Amino acid sequence: MQTYVGAPQLPSDDKRWKIVEATARRHGREPHALIETLHTVQECFGYLDENALRFVASVLRVPLSRVYGAATFYHFFTLKPKGRHACVVCTGTACYIKGAPLLLKAIEQRYSIKPGETTPDGELSLLTARCLGSCGLAPAAVMDSAVLGKIAPQDILARIERGIHP
Amino acid sequence: MTIEELRKIAETERAAQKKFQHHVCVCIAAGCLSGGADHVRDALNKEVAESGMRNEVLVKGVGCMGLCSAGPLVTVETAVETAVNTDVQMFASVTPEDAPEIIRSLDTGGATGGDLAAAGLHPCPTNVPFFERQKKIVLENSGKIDPERIEDYIAHDGYVALVTAITEMTPLEVIDRVKSSGLRGRGGAGYPTGLKWSTVAKTGEQQKYVICNADEGDPGAFMDRAVLESDPHRVLEGMAIAAYAVGAQQGFIYVRAEYPLAVKHLKTAIKQAERMGLLGNSISGTRFSFHIDIRLGAGAFVCGEETALIASIEGKRGTPRPRPPFPAESGLWECPTLINNVETFANIAPIVRHGAEWFAAIGTEKSKGTKVFALAGRVQNTGLIEVPMGITLREIIYDIGGGVPDGKQYKAVQTGGPSGGCIPAEHLDSPVDYESLARIGSIMGSGGMIVMDETSCMVDVAKYFMEFCMSESCGKCIPCRAGTQQLHGILEKITAGEATPADVALLEELCELVRHTSLCGLGQSAPNPVVTTLKYFREEYDAHVTGDGCPAGTCSCGAGTRACRAETRLGAPGSQTSAEVTL
Repeated sequence: MQTYVGAPQLPSDDKRWKIVEATARRHGREPHALIETLHTVQECFGYLDENALRFVASVLRVPLSRVYGAATFYHFFTLKPKGRHACVVCTGTACYIKGAPLLLKAIEQRYSIKPGETTPDGELSLLTARCLGSCGLAPAAVMDSAVLGKIAPQDILARIERGIHP
Repeated sequence: MTIEELRKIAETERAAQKKFQHHVCVCIAAGCLSGGADHVRDALNKEVAESGMRNEVLVKGVGCMGLCSAGPLVTVETAVETAVNTDVQMFASVTPEDAPEIIRSLDTGGATGGDLAAAGLHPCPTNVPFFERQKKIVLENSGKIDPERIEDYIAHDGYVALVTAITEMTPLEVIDRVKSSGLRGRGGAGYPTGLKWSTVAKTGEQQKYVICNADEGDPGAFMDRAVLESDPHRVLEGMAIAAYAVGAQQGFIYVRAEYPLAVKHLKTAIKQAERMGLLGNSISGTRFSFHIDIRLGAGAFVCGEETALIASIEGKRGTPRPRPPFPAESGLWECPTLINNVETFANIAPIVRHGAEWFAAIGTEKSKGTKVFALAGRVQNTGLIEVPMGITLREIIYDIGGGVPDGKQYKAVQTGGPSGGCIPAEHLDSPVDYESLARIGSIMGSGGMIVMDETSCMVDVAKYFMEFCMSESCGKCIPCRAGTQQLHGILEKITAGEATPADVALLEELCELVRHTSLCGLGQSAPNPVVTTLKYFREEYDAHVTGDGCPAGTCSCGAGTRACRAETRLGAPGSQTSAEVTL
């Protein structure tokens, strides 16, 4: 078996790190695999913490600053853990003119969180999407991977309640 | 794989499908899927099994049928022996509970719309302008074939163009055919595709790349996603033909991570094509080899710009660089790189198959072929449409779209997303082609088309797009980074009713500056929504600054109610802090 010079130690014996390492290896541990590897980390762990960024930097042999730069440049990556439930409100043009701001306002008022934030008890994260591409269903939102189309503010609140307290 | 082998696969597949008397197609593209189309398909399958019709009824998941607002959609096709006169019935808003009724309607055969409606179904006539006014090239298989089966694509003449091109044509002949078809880039700018190809082909380098730009970032646009979800092989075939023409061996599809279904279908399609020897090493026994890899985007709008996209594939932050050198000469890893949009590649196979003259006969003098649009907003029929170039906006919005609902008055249509403009009623009869749209201040764009009625405030719409550009600016060049901030600030002030006419003058001046001094297309086109609304809806700006209030009643300056004020202010994530302060 070929061993790499300076092959990085996995941060812990969590099996998910092996999946991350496999992605890097598939791309020959080349620096251009950075975004693909970060995708795998987020898929496995839900978010990118400092540990993960350091590991990715060492496995691809790129400066930590570059890893941090890419992780913060792209909106898809998040450095904070998400809540147990996530509600994504689409703010695409079609949803915007059909009342997405009202949905956001209702959720913000009820749970006192803004887009990108999580409730203090870690139950709900409120997120926005540029466009879900479900413009025929405007205004649209996604509650825990269930798409809610043509939804009114009071209905989305009811749906979130049901999601959090089934 | 030779032409004969392809024909054999196609015939086997057609024969296998013909065995079934009834074809029940369920749209499982993202729009209908979010309405529960997968459950509908499962229910239909279960019903077919239970009623013992497994040998007569074929239930298959297909791509987008277009009328997304009426989803989930199901079509029922009963094959008549002659196969010329097939009877297609479409159902809208289908639920899993409708499955027994749909299967029962197959038995009775000639059930009329009335009978079906009485049975609780929603028959959807297909002989209406929404379907009849369209002309489908890119979407010809969409809603007809199973996107996860290569055999179904081959049964619809798939990969014939690729095999013909590499076995019977020289690369130069392929380029000439694309050139004389008059195809122009469908990403929005409209650069002649054949010309781009020949630039890449002429470079003497050994290593070249072909990239498919599927980073569809415009809010309100979902054309590329629909094509990738509904007919992924068409894009692969187009890319392979392009690679043969320009002399590339490696291709990348840069697709948004937000499109999981499109990614899944693409991955399946690549695997299938490789297994059949239609991608990979020495395709069709020739010396031509071509591999395709997928690269996931990570939610940066600027990566739709080609040099930023290349940076992103290289694993860097997606920031653009000055051109020239253009990617055609120095692109990915400094090698000559051909970048085309999804829809451009989707047009290639039909052009090679039917010839350049056939394609050039569709459309206008300078804009050939068709264009796919995502029609949405305040319009009766929202969904995905494909129309010949040169059709008027009025035909699209009123005939195909069915007009503005709820008795409201049409105000504007927005094309081209954050880089485009708002087109007022006076230009509704303007034809849809690259030049005409540019003349009235908008752009063709990638194909988003959002209709707005009297309830939308044009200043607020301009602010919405400016907020988008502001937060999506990559920050590399100052005019875009700082300019969009300032423009957004002025628009905030106007919608809050705190601006003076001097602010509007400053707005205009700043628009010019940002447009002429920004590094890439994002900044250069960011002022477009403001410039067009200023041009056509000046009175709305004036009303905001002279104290007359917002004519649409959505902004916070006077005329609108306090409730409206809160709504609009909370509209976009980036404006949260200011909303908090003013509330």
